[in-house]
Amino acid sequence: MKPNKNIILKNWPIFIVIIILSVSPFRMNNYWIDVFFFFGIYALLGLSLNIVLGEVGLFDLGHMGFMAIGAYTTAILNTHFGIPIIFLMPVSALAAAGFAWLVCSPIIHLRGDYLCIVTIGMGEIVRLTLINNPFGITGGPNGVFGIDFLSFGGPLVIDSSIESYFVIWIVVGLTILALINLQRSRIGRAWNCIREDEIAAESTGIDVRYYKLLAFVLGAGLAGIAGNIYASKLMIVSPESFSFIESCMLFCIVLIGGMGSIPGIIIGSAAVSLFPEIFRAFARYRMLIFGAAMVIMMVFRPGGIWPRKRGSVEFKSLLTKAGEDNV
Amino acid sequence: MFKDSSLNTEKLVESKPGEERIKIVQKIALETQKLTKKFGGLIAVNNFDLKVNRGEISSLIGPNGAGKTTVFNVITGLYQGDGGKVIFKGEDLAGKKPHRIIAKGIARTFQNIRLFSNMTCLENVMAGQHCRSKEGTWSSIFRTSYQKKEESEIRKIAKRLLQRVGLWKFGDELAKNIAYGNQRMLEIARALASNPDLLILDEPSSGLNDKESEDLMKFLKSLLKENLTILLIEHHMNVVMGISDWVTVMDEGKKIAEGVPEDIYHNPLVIEAYLGKEEEEEEEI
Ligand SMILES: Nc1ncnc2c1ncn2[C@@H]1O[C@H](COP(=O)(O)OP(=O)(O)OP(=O)(O)O)[C@@H](O)[C@H]1O
Ligand SMILES: [Mg+2]
Repeated sequence: MKPNKNIILKNWPIFIVIIILSVSPFRMNNYWIDVFFFFGIYALLGLSLNIVLGEVGLFDLGHMGFMAIGAYTTAILNTHFGIPIIFLMPVSALAAAGFAWLVCSPIIHLRGDYLCIVTIGMGEIVRLTLINNPFGITGGPNGVFGIDFLSFGGPLVIDSSIESYFVIWIVVGLTILALINLQRSRIGRAWNCIREDEIAAESTGIDVRYYKLLAFVLGAGLAGIAGNIYASKLMIVSPESFSFIESCMLFCIVLIGGMGSIPGIIIGSAAVSLFPEIFRAFARYRMLIFGAAMVIMMVFRPGGIWPRKRGSVEFKSLLTKAGEDNV
Repeated sequence: MFKDSSLNTEKLVESKPGEERIKIVQKIALETQKLTKKFGGLIAVNNFDLKVNRGEISSLIGPNGAGKTTVFNVITGLYQGDGGKVIFKGEDLAGKKPHRIIAKGIARTFQNIRLFSNMTCLENVMAGQHCRSKEGTWSSIFRTSYQKKEESEIRKIAKRLLQRVGLWKFGDELAKNIAYGNQRMLEIARALASNPDLLILDEPSSGLNDKESEDLMKFLKSLLKENLTILLIEHHMNVVMGISDWVTVMDEGKKIAEGVPEDIYHNPLVIEAYLGKEEEEEEEI
């Protein structure tokens, strides 16, 4: 029995998706590659919001605020001080995470809709602050432009559509691996317990406050990375990219896909980023179709398109070990 | 600071008068002193003193609304008390957060079962071990060998506990999909997963049929052999009398009696509290 072969056999749908994703850009024109790039950005943002909303059940409708912090950190430090984008990736993540820690610490005890309203406020404050051009560094409504491409040094500069496509999808891939590992750990369990029953979680020994903050900080950090990649791809960042409606879109991605379900999030971000392109003719009715889809979803599939399946892996591993124990 | 009134205090208790004076050394596992909890104008718990001896099953009984659950909630940190002490292992736990209190060794169940409904039974019991495990975010993301080892240890312990309460066959079922009686047992298994010194159960036999509640009581007795102390709230007098070593009766937030079950059974104050208030209940007093 070769373990490697087994992994591929068991997870064949995943490998097919990976193969399709790595081959398809060579058969698409630049326009569609860019569409898939934004699909990747939405996927990364959806995964980051999924930590907060999907895993812990915290209503965060200001998530684009964290991405904005990451994008502007990259933009400002790059254009003013010429720091390479690659170094700014962790810096943006830390800036967004630190910001999340600062603003969420005092509000983390709020529940449900209260938290929701405060996060809307937070996202809007970030956006309005950027428009107001504090200290003349954010460029007001025009934003910051002239941001460098991502460069790995020497000739390795990410300046074509296909290259940025691979950058974003590799980052998405790594993020998925990290999140799967988290889901299978006591951290992920603690998050889910809080979502299920906060009081029981607290009484079971879970430091609810800590784990909620952790979710916000990690989610914001990932959104910060998305902001960094976004800024260097577009070479410009401006406040209107981080509007409230975008935060709502992310919310929809998680709800449509399925709370806490990674494949669901990918499907959800595809729905948000690809469908408007496919159905260009209906562009005017985009929001209408979207709203209708949400309502239908909530009625017929409240768990999302691809709800998370629980357990089995862990349970099966115990069953096989039990066999060994009994010998 | 509170060392003097701790678990380590050895109280010399005399046996019943008339008999030869044998001195038994007993140790107190948990003690509340002048515990008070108010809800607005209502004093739900009023200067309440409770003591639980180590290695015994103690019961807290009283009519509906007496304040029993509130006492539990203050002990386990869900409610902030308005005065008094909760002494456990020589430390005043009053005002500590619930997750700290379970880490100290007091685990609980709820009157209305509170499971993690959309998680599997196995996951519920694994979650119960949260305060006894420590791997953090980075080691989980990178799945270090320590993290994997701890995780497999957590799984094995959870499996053993599920087998003990007879729920292993439901390990992969969602907690919300198993029968009510099984949910009660699962909640107890989750509490036991934190490896507590004191297990406090809020009406564990409510909603169980006679057979189930008999099995439960047998199970609780068997736990005593493992250095566990149990404090339970019960409504069914016959259950309490059959299993308890010590009974405390409360009414309207105050303690009205305490003693061994036989004494409580014949105590006129207790009879009055029960009969006077709960005509509708089927207690056999
Ligand atoms: N969160 C709360 N807010 C306000 N009042 C409360 C709260 N919890 C309990 N009470 C009140 O405190 C009193 C004691 O309630 P408690 O739940 O402790 O009673 P109990 O002895 O557990 O009763 P039961 O046998 O019905 O479970 C009741 O009058 C109840 O209405
Ligand atoms: Mg009660």
